[in-house]
Amino acid sequence: MLKLYNVEVQSRLLLGTARYPSPAILAEAVRTSKTDIVTVSLRRETVGGKAGGAFFELIRDLGVRVLPNTAGCHTVSEAVLTAKMAREVFSTDWIKLEVIGNHDTLQPDVFALVEAAGILSGEGFKVFPYTTDDLVVAERLLEAGCKVLMPWCAPIGSAMGPVNLPALRSMRASFPDVPLIVDAGIGRPSHAATVMELGFDAVLLNTAVAGAADPAAMAAAFTGAIDAGRTAFHAGMLEPRDMAVPSTPVIGKAVFS
Amino acid sequence: MTFIINGEEQQVAAATLADLLTALDYEGEWLATAVNGELVHREERSGFPLGERDRIEILSPMQGG
Repeated sequence: MLKLYNVEVQSRLLLGTARYPSPAILAEAVRTSKTDIVTVSLRRETVGGKAGGAFFELIRDLGVRVLPNTAGCHTVSEAVLTAKMAREVFSTDWIKLEVIGNHDTLQPDVFALVEAAGILSGEGFKVFPYTTDDLVVAERLLEAGCKVLMPWCAPIGSAMGPVNLPALRSMRASFPDVPLIVDAGIGRPSHAATVMELGFDAVLLNTAVAGAADPAAMAAAFTGAIDAGRTAFHAGMLEPRDMAVPSTPVIGKAVFS
Repeated sequence: MTFIINGEEQQVAAATLADLLTALDYEGEWLATAVNGELVHREERSGFPLGERDRIEILSPMQGG
């Protein structure tokens, strides 16, 4: 079973809560996916403070664990303050740490990420850093106190799927005991299956489900793909070969001429 | 007094952060507040004095990925 900061979770799918056609469809997708963890954000509340309240109650009623994020933060101080405010609202020390470094690719600013991860870990947060597939950055994040890593496989929302499989393989091989969650870039269930076949521990998705014509059905498709990939990883897959290998034994084959 | 509330300048008669939230009709257990870049816990709001041009952030949950 997957353990994240000593919490056991059944599902290997973490689901974002943004961009669904309606709150009801979001709730349906969460239920259909059987996810244990959803990510949520914090934003400036308009006067009256009612908009956030409805969403807060919707999430609470789903009965899943909340992983707040620092999406949209571009500096260490913004990310650290947002994390502290999220802890206040959601009563959890889990934080998906995002510090964005580039507007076009939404690539993490890994230098700021490492610094913020160190500060937050020191203040008792359980940091889930949204990072790249860079091994040196991964090492630094672990040194900063992270016990989970969340590398992208392609830019957020791009639906490209894993663009650098060798890098993901290296990451898995380099950190065999660290829970690795692919966060960002997954577009379709086959992408999720692929990274799970590589031995990644889980997948965090949002747009691929929320943007589907039928989000709840797509959530179920992803759950199936993630299970298949995980089972295949444990079952031991064949490596590709250059030449054909007959699957039917040739011993005892009839000779007609 | 003049405050910068969620990035916008506003005149509000409020001595503490709790007064300000009440004056602007903010309510709910889901709000998080910060003044001048520092978190102010829920239970500290009523004892937290505000000053001229303090920068106040009032955040609440929203959809995110």
